[in-house]
Amino acid sequence: MADASTLAVSFMPTRRVARHGSMHRLMRHRSTVALLMCSPLFVLIGGLVVYPAIYAIYLSMLNKGMTQFVGLHNFAFLLKRDTFRLVIFQSCLFAVSAVVMKAFIGFVLAHLMHNIPSGRQRIWRGLLLVPWVIPLALSTLGWWWLFDPSYSAFNYVLNVFGFPTVAWLGEAWPARLCMITVNVWFGTPFFMIMYLAALKSVPEQLYEAAAIDGAGALQKLFFVTLPMMRNIISITVLFSLIVTFANFDIVRILTNGGPESKTHVFATYAFQVGIQSGNIPLGASVSLFMFPLLAVFAFFVLRNVTRRTKEIAA
Amino acid sequence: MSGAVATAGVLAPVRRHASLHRQRVWALWGSYAALAVFVIMFLVPPFYMVMTSLKSSAEISAQAGDPWIVHHPTLQNFVDLFMMPNFRRFFLNSAMITAVTVSVSMVISVLAAFGLARMGFKGSQTLATGVFLTYLIPNSLLFIPLFQIIGALGLINNVWALALIYPTLAVPFCTWIMIGYFSSIPRELDEAALIDGAGYLQMLLRIFIPVALPGIIAATIFAFTVSWGEFLYPMAYLYSSDQMVLTVGIISDLIRGDVFEWGRIMAGCVLAAAPPIVIYAFLMDYYIAGLTAGATKG
Repeated sequence: MADASTLAVSFMPTRRVARHGSMHRLMRHRSTVALLMCSPLFVLIGGLVVYPAIYAIYLSMLNKGMTQFVGLHNFAFLLKRDTFRLVIFQSCLFAVSAVVMKAFIGFVLAHLMHNIPSGRQRIWRGLLLVPWVIPLALSTLGWWWLFDPSYSAFNYVLNVFGFPTVAWLGEAWPARLCMITVNVWFGTPFFMIMYLAALKSVPEQLYEAAAIDGAGALQKLFFVTLPMMRNIISITVLFSLIVTFANFDIVRILTNGGPESKTHVFATYAFQVGIQSGNIPLGASVSLFMFPLLAVFAFFVLRNVTRRTKEIAA
Repeated sequence: MSGAVATAGVLAPVRRHASLHRQRVWALWGSYAALAVFVIMFLVPPFYMVMTSLKSSAEISAQAGDPWIVHHPTLQNFVDLFMMPNFRRFFLNSAMITAVTVSVSMVISVLAAFGLARMGFKGSQTLATGVFLTYLIPNSLLFIPLFQIIGALGLINNVWALALIYPTLAVPFCTWIMIGYFSSIPRELDEAALIDGAGYLQMLLRIFIPVALPGIIAATIFAFTVSWGEFLYPMAYLYSSDQMVLTVGIISDLIRGDVFEWGRIMAGCVLAAAPPIVIYAFLMDYYIAGLTAGATKG
């Protein structure tokens, strides 16, 4: 990854070629060995990621029986359906609101953790990481049970305080809020640890300098902390947007798209159409609709990542 | 925290010190209180899962009294699960697939990371970025074409299909972590090894793997987490009980039509969540260091 130093290494032998032909051979040998070492990776990624991704594009252009090439017909068909428009809306709502809340709560939590002495942080961090450690499919089952229509433990609490019972997953909007809640619960710890690491890497002198210049707490936050954390905030948010956008577990377990297909996201709708109803091409087109948005996110992530690698090299 | 620092500066040093101290104490206790609130909120679902797993079916369906506490704790649900051959099968399948996935992923990604980070051939940097990019292709985009591919290989409803696919979930990120760790090892070390006559493989085994051990632990935990908790692929490709893994087995086997055996479902979840929790309890620091190492440098 260190491009400056790799360059240096690869230049040295070429300058010496005139004197030592063996060095040149070693170099050639070296890159052959390197390619050999990387080949399992290339086979795996090529065969089970890149090829399926391209194959998905081909599949999406076939008819239901996969006998005929229909071009973009599947995509046009989907866009005309109200259910699918709702899927687009629901996926975006789910991803954006969940990520915004995760980022905000994670930021607050990271600051709270940063305030307490570092010797005590370990136990608090461990407790706060529990949601993130339990496999999502299992903890979502627990949430489902908490939202259960007749035995809901949340409703018990509401009733105790004199509020009426809520049909948590029985109506579209409460169900959407429940999904977002579960995702925020699951994902916030990740933001917290990333932000906490970033906070710790901000040099203390910057805060001292700001204090001497008369900066208040808010000014320190906006002019020292946030600019120093800008990179990590953007990469965490983008990364989480991709993962949240493509989420399957939560929606599948909590509502399975219901009531009346109002809460489907891309992943669950693709599963229902492609695997359960057996319309593979249509399912492939549903999941391919994610691609443009993912590509935009990935572009920005990549920009951050390459900048990072350059900084490491420098 | 210290908005008053500048104004306090002109006052007598003793008072300034006292007010700063008081502010610090307040901020500290405020932080503890707020953290406690968050911890309680975060632990509600796991707490309730454990509580339910300790209840008998009769107590769950009676709907009498407070559902948040267990009145007559029993381990019957856990005993029932251990007696169920299916559940033991799920556990075994999960453990088997995870073991294979973790070892295959680690071999592939350590070799590739060494090649990409250290052997420096033409275009290795671009390739490293490309590998990271594939991590951004989610499984919900790939599961339908993979369904066709798995079908063509005759592996539908075969648990080993997962051992084939799961490494794709783990390898890109593991490689990325390992590249970071390997490139932080000083180059003098490998030059010294080469001069001493070590081959590349020896160099990797004797120097890089021991030095980058924290990174290897972090990557291993990542691979473990991913393959233990994966839900979409087994959901899509497996349908008979003897082939299932824990995440889908609990749902499909303990929910029969409208009959939900919640006590057993929650007991199953508690048991299935235990291995990751134990691993994190001991190795959390390595994992967090591995995850955040790259991030904080940028």
